Amino acid sequence: MSEIIRLTAAELGAKIAAGEVSSVEATRAHLDRIASVDGAVHAFLHVNDEGALAAAADVDRRRAAGEAFGPLAGVPIAIKDVLVTEGMPSTAGSRILEGWIPPYDATPVRLVREAGMIPLGKTNMDEFAMGSSTEHSAYGPTHNPWDLDRIPGGSGGGSAASVAAFEAPLALGSDTGGSIRQPAHVTGTVGVKPTYGAVSRYGSIALASSLDQIGPVTRTVLDAALLQDVIAGHDPHDSTSIPEAWPSMADAVRRADVAGVRIGVVKQLDSGGVQAGVRSRFHESLALLERNGAEIVEIDAPNFEYAIAAYYLILPAEASSNLAKFDSVRFGLRVTPEGGGTVEQVMAASREAGFGPEVKRRIILGTYALSAGYYDAYYGSAQKVRTLVQRDFENAFAKVDVLATPTAPTTAFKLGEKLDDPLAMYLNDVATIPANLAGVPGISLPAGLAPEDGLPVGIQFLAPARQDARLYNVGAALERLLEAEWGGPLLNRAPDLSSHEMAAAEEGVI
Amino acid sequence: MSEITAEQVAHLANLARIALTEEEIAHLTTELGQIMQAVEKVGEVATPDVPPTSHPIPMQNVFRDDVVGDDVLTAEQAVAGAPEADGSRFVVSAILGEEQ
Amino acid sequence: MARAALMDFDKALELFEPVIGLEVHVELNTMTKMFSSAPNPANSAFHVAEPNTLITPVCLGLPGSLPVVNGEAVRSSISLGLALGCEIAPSSRFARKNYFYPDLAKNYQISQYDEPIAFDGEVEVELENGRVFQVPIERAHMEEDAGKLTHVGGSTGRIQGAEYSLVDYNRAGVPLVEIVTRPIFGAEADAPALARAYVSTIRDIAISLGISEARMERGNLRCDANVSLRPRGQEKLGTRTETKNVNSFRSIERAVRYEIQRQAAILADGGSITQETRHWHEDTGTTSAGRPKSDADDYRYFPEPDLLPVVPSPELIEELRAALPEPPAARRRRLKGEWGFTDLDFQGVVNSDLLVEVTQTVAAGATPAAARKWWTGELARIANAQNVDAASLATPEHVAELAQLVDSGTLTDRLARQVLEGVIAGEGSPQQVVDARGLAVVSDDGALIAAIDEALASQPDVLAKIRDGKVQAAGAVIGAVMKAMQGKADAARVRELVLERATTD
Repeated sequence: MSEIIRLTAAELGAKIAAGEVSSVEATRAHLDRIASVDGAVHAFLHVNDEGALAAAADVDRRRAAGEAFGPLAGVPIAIKDVLVTEGMPSTAGSRILEGWIPPYDATPVRLVREAGMIPLGKTNMDEFAMGSSTEHSAYGPTHNPWDLDRIPGGSGGGSAASVAAFEAPLALGSDTGGSIRQPAHVTGTVGVKPTYGAVSRYGSIALASSLDQIGPVTRTVLDAALLQDVIAGHDPHDSTSIPEAWPSMADAVRRADVAGVRIGVVKQLDSGGVQAGVRSRFHESLALLERNGAEIVEIDAPNFEYAIAAYYLILPAEASSNLAKFDSVRFGLRVTPEGGGTVEQVMAASREAGFGPEVKRRIILGTYALSAGYYDAYYGSAQKVRTLVQRDFENAFAKVDVLATPTAPTTAFKLGEKLDDPLAMYLNDVATIPANLAGVPGISLPAGLAPEDGLPVGIQFLAPARQDARLYNVGAALERLLEAEWGGPLLNRAPDLSSHEMAAAEEGVI
Repeated sequence: MSEITAEQVAHLANLARIALTEEEIAHLTTELGQIMQAVEKVGEVATPDVPPTSHPIPMQNVFRDDVVGDDVLTAEQAVAGAPEADGSRFVVSAILGEEQ
Repeated sequence: MARAALMDFDKALELFEPVIGLEVHVELNTMTKMFSSAPNPANSAFHVAEPNTLITPVCLGLPGSLPVVNGEAVRSSISLGLALGCEIAPSSRFARKNYFYPDLAKNYQISQYDEPIAFDGEVEVELENGRVFQVPIERAHMEEDAGKLTHVGGSTGRIQGAEYSLVDYNRAGVPLVEIVTRPIFGAEADAPALARAYVSTIRDIAISLGISEARMERGNLRCDANVSLRPRGQEKLGTRTETKNVNSFRSIERAVRYEIQRQAAILADGGSITQETRHWHEDTGTTSAGRPKSDADDYRYFPEPDLLPVVPSPELIEELRAALPEPPAARRRRLKGEWGFTDLDFQGVVNSDLLVEVTQTVAAGATPAAARKWWTGELARIANAQNVDAASLATPEHVAELAQLVDSGTLTDRLARQVLEGVIAGEGSPQQVVDARGLAVVSDDGALIAAIDEALASQPDVLAKIRDGKVQAAGAVIGAVMKAMQGKADAARVRELVLERATTD
């Protein structure tokens, strides 16, 4: 395996800046890695070979001409297919958008390009970000690099797996109910959902507008901070974008220190419903933080238990409206019923053929929740629960600086295991959803491997809205302490995919 | 109240413009009933004294200046991704209903 | 389509009380659209445009695109609300109205639902007969317009029978204010006239505020008329119909009148009214049944998550209130004095819905008398004959130019009418028509004298009579000269010259 792809984004950026590695070399190394392992992992829906190499050559040329760049310039990045990209297909994992090439770049994509980063391609996801396993992608599931028979999490399984499999140093993800953090948890990577409004949603194919947030998917906390520094900031194209300037998250990482930090443990999320190994790693991390000066406080958040119910009303309701635009008129798939049909019939046939079962399920659910006579009982009540969850956060943050929870109740489950049980699948998000309902930021970082199955376990920290820097402080501190114990990053213990590489080569896949 | 009938699901599918098959309707009727039963839980705490929250981060009066932007598309760009167009307009088959 | 039975209007009024309600959509003339920075075709600068050229990703509802509110459209809406005597909501918000239709790019319309920006107003409306009504306004809310469909194939160009349709989203996202009245009682036989006068008043208000071009023929102003009847002495309101597609002042009056007569015939016959949308047909002067209102109209409104509440400061509201122009009624009183019109002349202008045109024509340089004469005379006559609004025939600027050409002697009244025909036919400005058609009065005495001498020479008997002092005989020569000049001469000047030439050698 090439040394270049083992580097963190920060290290690679520094080497490119120092002239030790060119952006073209870095990009080629990652494209080679994708070519050799993505047949097994299937993290990418589209690989932008030529475009990436051309962009890398351009950055190298401009740098040689003396242009000044930020710390991630020349570094390749993978982009979740939920973000529209000019000149690259953007499908959101759906058949209904197969082959669609948008005429514009999403704001976060524009910002990474302007920072000199190199888009490698588009990563796989559950269709329209509806799912926790990436099995709901219309283009087939992504496989967890730790165990190819297991899910990489979702909806952003492609971005997480690409980073965990060293196909990309970092990636962009989107998080509506945990789609960045839960994949990080099951793939031994880092994922951050910034404060709602910190990163523009312009160009992010909307799932639930009041919950969606774009954020970093990386292997280290510093890389996440560097990427958030690139993509955060006010965007006049997104009315919900926060206008105030942000402090540097990378600075927060470099100054990381947990001495005196009060960490709240939400008792409702530290229960018997959590897998033993997930829970033990969680408590070991807390103990480690406590030994290094943090104060651990138990917190009561009584309304968190209603968060999933509220989420599965608000999300489908907003999604049912957001996905109405996929009607076969202006873009996307058109299916005409046999013998022709009216535009109404063409729309209905196109949506029937273009949407997968989970998308249909949620659209119908959302249509029901908003329909006449049910609004107050469902959508209206869910919006009230949202207020109550916010109050729980307010009460908690009056006592502590950050909250800690296991990111998800279990380690990666087997592909297909929960596909027929939507309610069981929805429970994956129990710990991640409250942050989306309240708009507060959250981070998941590796806490170790569960003893019973040897699979990665994440720990989640949550901070008050606009206090993203606190996550980077605590996260970076814990990462440093854990890696000192482990003797290196957790991903060093991930299986070597080269056997799959060889197997694939033998089968003639590559 | 979470008793959901196949007729209701068919009606919802019509509102949502999805030509669900009979099997899908039958399957969704069962599933929807189960899911609604689980999410109805919100009613336990959503009392009249609790105000609803639509936006997680409260803001107001976010306006744009009345100035033409630099992202105006050409007709060619507009119809580039369309399943069917006549060069500058989108083509759709005959319309049954009327304007709302 | 079977023609509906109609009851005599006076008879209908004897049996039933008409109750009307009006929904008027006003397209704002901001530079850009309601939620996108695309050029706004309701602004005259962008009125003419190729299909799908006034759009951004937002207007097309492209995946990932997001709306942002046009601040100027909000100010215009507040001004309009204030001019309608409304309260301005301390906080209002946008909502999504969900329904599928190919002209609606996102398949939801961003509108306002339970929190409109303005509510509880009242507008003074004066009818031709001098009656003054206070029309109660329920609400005025902001929303976006839809795109335009062109139905192709079939014989009628209508939706029925079309083989396919073409969609142009230039109009999608044009800022609209929808003004909704409360039910209007007590208009009785004046109900049709009141409907017309109300919409005309809304137009005057919009124009005086400068927030809309407010031209009905361009769809800047659109009216849906709700009509219901209740038997005399009954408290409960009758079932109403909503007539759409009423696109001129004349048709508003006609449509309301028609619905009263149609519904009366049905009710008197023991039938019942279906709550439905009806379409107005300008050509036949009738309405036809559209979609019945039903459970399918489940719009699933919910607060627009992509937009934030609009919370106008009291200072902004007071600033806009202070800048309001005088109300139309007061303005009319002032103009009548300034123009020195008699009651009859002024009422003639008002009743023809031409106050705005006359005002603008005067502003463009015509005398008030000339402006009135052209609008209420020739233009009104042609409009009536063509069954259109006079305002759609010519611009105030062109009429002022025409009046000035007459004043300066370039045109006679007769020639001016020919020039006006050319202007209406789209041949350009009056001066351009004069040039192109060669219609100016011949003011070159040399040319006239040559024609006169020729006429006198060919009619020696007439010449003798004139020399004998029988000047009335000159008429024959004048006629011949005018004919030779193809009417493009000033007859008075010709007479002067004839007498002069006849008496000199």
